[in-house]
Amino acid sequence: MNWFTQAFSSTIGKKLVMGFTGLFLILFLIVHCGINCLVFLCDDGELFNKAAHFMGTNFFIRAGEIVLFAALIWHVVQSAIVTRTNAKARPVGYAYNKNSSPWYSRSMGLLGTLILMFLIIHLAHFWVQSRFVGLDSIKYQGEHYDDLYVLMMETFSNLWVVIIYFLAMISLSYHLLHGFQSAFQTLGINHKKYTPFIKLLGTIYSILIPLLFAIMPIVLYLKGLGCCQ
Amino acid sequence: MLDSKIPEGAIETKWSKYKSSVPLVNPSNKRNLEVLIIGSGLAGASAAAALAELGYKVKAFCFQDSPRRAHSIAAQGGINAAKNYQNDGDSTYRLFYDTIKGGDYRSREGNVHRLAEVSTSIIDQCVAQGVPFAREYGGLLSNRSFGGTQVQRTFYAAGQTGQQLLLGAYSSLERQVGMGTVQMFSRHEMLDVVKIEGKARGIIAKNLITGKLERFFGHAVLLCTGGYGNVFYLSTNAMGANVTAAWRAHKQGALMGNPCFTQIHPTCIPVSGDHQSKLTLMSESLRNDGRIWVPKKQGDDRSPNDIPEEERDYYLERKYPAFGNLVPRDVASRAAKERCDAGFGVGPSKMAVYLDFKFNMMRYGRVEATKNGLANASDDEILKLGKDVIKEKYGNLFDMYKQITGENPYETSMRIYPAVHYTMGGLWVDYDLMTTVPGMYCLGEANFSDHGANRLGASALMQGLADGYFVIPYTIGSYLNKEIATKAIPTNHPAFEEAEQKVQGILSKLIGIKGSKTVESFHKRLGKIMWDKCGMARNEKGLKEAIEEIKALRNEFWSDVRVPGSQFEFNPELDKASRVADFLELGELMCIDALNRNESCGGHFREESQTEEGEALRDDANFAYVAAWEFKGESDWQLHKEELKFENIKIAQRSYK
Amino acid sequence: MEIKLKVWKQKDAVSEGRLIDYNVNHVSPDMSFLEMFDVLNEELIVKGEEPIAFDHDCREGICGMCSMVINGRPHGPLEGVTTCQLHMRSFKDGDTIVVEPWRAQAFPVLKDLVVNRTAFDRIIAAGGFISVNTGNAQDANNLPIKKEDADDAFMSASCIGCGACVAACKNASAMLFVSAKVSQLAKLPQGQPERYTRVAAMVAQMDKEGFGACTNTGACSAECPKEISLTNIALMNRDYMQAKFLENE
Repeated sequence: MNWFTQAFSSTIGKKLVMGFTGLFLILFLIVHCGINCLVFLCDDGELFNKAAHFMGTNFFIRAGEIVLFAALIWHVVQSAIVTRTNAKARPVGYAYNKNSSPWYSRSMGLLGTLILMFLIIHLAHFWVQSRFVGLDSIKYQGEHYDDLYVLMMETFSNLWVVIIYFLAMISLSYHLLHGFQSAFQTLGINHKKYTPFIKLLGTIYSILIPLLFAIMPIVLYLKGLGCCQ
Repeated sequence: MLDSKIPEGAIETKWSKYKSSVPLVNPSNKRNLEVLIIGSGLAGASAAAALAELGYKVKAFCFQDSPRRAHSIAAQGGINAAKNYQNDGDSTYRLFYDTIKGGDYRSREGNVHRLAEVSTSIIDQCVAQGVPFAREYGGLLSNRSFGGTQVQRTFYAAGQTGQQLLLGAYSSLERQVGMGTVQMFSRHEMLDVVKIEGKARGIIAKNLITGKLERFFGHAVLLCTGGYGNVFYLSTNAMGANVTAAWRAHKQGALMGNPCFTQIHPTCIPVSGDHQSKLTLMSESLRNDGRIWVPKKQGDDRSPNDIPEEERDYYLERKYPAFGNLVPRDVASRAAKERCDAGFGVGPSKMAVYLDFKFNMMRYGRVEATKNGLANASDDEILKLGKDVIKEKYGNLFDMYKQITGENPYETSMRIYPAVHYTMGGLWVDYDLMTTVPGMYCLGEANFSDHGANRLGASALMQGLADGYFVIPYTIGSYLNKEIATKAIPTNHPAFEEAEQKVQGILSKLIGIKGSKTVESFHKRLGKIMWDKCGMARNEKGLKEAIEEIKALRNEFWSDVRVPGSQFEFNPELDKASRVADFLELGELMCIDALNRNESCGGHFREESQTEEGEALRDDANFAYVAAWEFKGESDWQLHKEELKFENIKIAQRSYK
Repeated sequence: MEIKLKVWKQKDAVSEGRLIDYNVNHVSPDMSFLEMFDVLNEELIVKGEEPIAFDHDCREGICGMCSMVINGRPHGPLEGVTTCQLHMRSFKDGDTIVVEPWRAQAFPVLKDLVVNRTAFDRIIAAGGFISVNTGNAQDANNLPIKKEDADDAFMSASCIGCGACVAACKNASAMLFVSAKVSQLAKLPQGQPERYTRVAAMVAQMDKEGFGACTNTGACSAECPKEISLTNIALMNRDYMQAKFLENE
């Protein structure tokens, strides 16, 4: 093994991968969430559709998408490997176990799996539709745009989908509640002066971002019932 | 007959001359010389590391699961060194003088001077290893005072100095293990030494996991097995601390020096009930800031906070104004016993005195208030600031006290009472640290050498590391240079066979008795005899009774002890039984030695020999010697005397007034 | 007090074990937890039953030998306290207490509550030291060290090597133990020359021993009797990155 693979196959190396990819995904969520917030506007999705158009056509964003998928897959695969290593490290468990760590810190694998299942549904709903199936077209100021907004309205008119999205966002929130500060710890950023701030920021982020995501289906569902005007 | 092999010449030059004239072993020969080191405390770990660094093939043994657990780890207060960093008049001579005087003129000048000389190198070595000693804001090392001295020469790491020093030695040892120069055998207990043609050539050790006896060859054997305070059952020693290795060596011809010299430490947490399994020390460093007192009225049952200042008797300050609360340990212990025996004791058992910090909390509080510009701070505010200072200095000790007693020492006086802590006696060794068995050495607390009849605080760590790092690497050469032609002896040699059979016999016998009483119960009874009759005060009648009682107890042990299980399994009860069997023999010798020494000196207080004021009275005309006992057979010892000559220090009655 | 115990009994490393019920009467609140075990063992021996094997030595909370998971927590319910310093006043009359050994692949059970922790020694042997031969040292005060750094190093060095961190971690990770030594030496000037080779060697040995990976749950530090901080692990991660990606070796 050369130094590179050796470094990444160590327990710390594997964790570094989790931390780096995790932070990258966290950054992505900010962008994703920011753009999606445009659906809250009462403009029948015009600005949202324009933003989505930009994201779907810009070369750098498309290239970034590949990196994003790579990071996501790496994050998932590495977590599976780490989970297996860790399970082997304790072949016999305790008959009586009283944990002194938060449940969600111990349940990152479970939460992650739920999020992964959600992601498959989510990608099927939107990414596959827009990228491979094709969307309705809409015309703003004489230009044609994909009407992603109307797809969202359709998807979230189903109450079950809204509920699934909402539950998934709870998983995401807990996943981030641990993951955000954990990523910094793994990358060696733990300082008396800054860590309290990072932890606070992490908590705000972990509540705010999933909350905004969770509200979207609900708002669109309500819009579909004619609540916007 | 006893030749201590002290080099000729002026005291200041003995060691340096010795070092430059001792025969050396060349590196290629060192590789073929095997050294067995028993025990992994400060002496054992440092010796193993130092000898392996030199190139010897070392095998090291400890009965614990890791060498890092040795009981040196529990030493709290500090380690002395004549660095004179405080510019308060310290010097090698003064450390030498304090140690001889503290030991009540019953130690060897040559050894003690060497100890004082190498003390400074120990600090250098430990700092280089990464031992995090306490430091001042300027980045230099901090010092504090300990009993029996008037300078600040004690280096420390909070209340965990022993831990930090041991971990330093342990890391050096593990470094050698990693390099393959030391082979470490943990959970192995030495049960006999193998002698071939009069020389120590190996050991029989029991693998404590499998119960199997194993044989090991060595050109030399180093016993670094600590003290035997557990003969008293209750002591500050670890539960596993024992005399077995040293005792089996004694029975093979190593003389036992001054076995009755026991240190009773004045500041321990008092016994709370019959279930008590061991006693816990509160570091002597607490006496820097704590004041010891009892109520002026006998049987005063008020809570300590309700007893006003004028009704308290700070008896150490009253009796010993020059040293006050910092008198040596033996003096402080006896004074506590005297007060309690006179009916002034406190607490539920009335066998305790108070140690109070309020005075110094207020003093520190005022300093802090001044520093923080609080000119008109109230007493409560000052006390709070002072508590914080005390907390930083002794926090872990205060927490431990609270944990054990359930009382908060920040709010009320601690209750303390003397307890067995250290044994100055041990295997007799010469200047080379060799016992009377050629090739067998004894280092650290296990030997008798440096502390005379009383050890000063913070000197045990110093001696352990001095012996291991800086003495044995030189002195062992004077023996091993003659052994370079000796090939490793195969362990199927008849001497190994015989030794193993002997050990096997003892173990089989212990298991075979299947009596009705537990090992622990015998140990407790032995401890009670020792504490009552060979403890802080001893007299002829009591000692004679004790000898008979111990003999009877030993007979009962060998006919009625119950050891569960079998040998070939993990069986701690069997290991304990084999240790208690040896304590039952050692106890007798300690009483014989105490009976023989009809004088009071240091920790050994014979009621027949005291001044009018009740202080220890030495008898230099008749007892200025080391009593070295040769084992002849059961209950049969022959006394050899090593005269102690004081050429550099004027021998005088000790006074701390 | 009367206490009911459920204690893990296992004959040796290869046998199966199980929890066995015991009753201990006449328990004094002033007894330490281990003294309660002493009392029980005395009774068992007299009755002709097998006593319970457990590791212990100093009984002052410093040697790190005692090791019991008590009611699901290493070293029991109190924070910053080893099993030997835990007293029965922390329990109530009639309580049932479950006592199990440390559980980890790298700490195999030897008997009952006794486990083999020599993996820790091997990790230290791999690099947990400063390579200084005896007699080489300069005067101790030639190299001033900032008090805060010395104090920090001391905090890390106060680890007693008991293994409670491994026992508490859901991944049986030894990172708190390893990082405590790594940080102690990384914070001192004497530790700098070997700083990065040390962390690389110790982590490699740690992995070889079969300890799990850290997932930052914080259970180790919460259960550590010496309250070793998680900042040590962060420092180790940082040094490890430096060792692997920036150092020449």
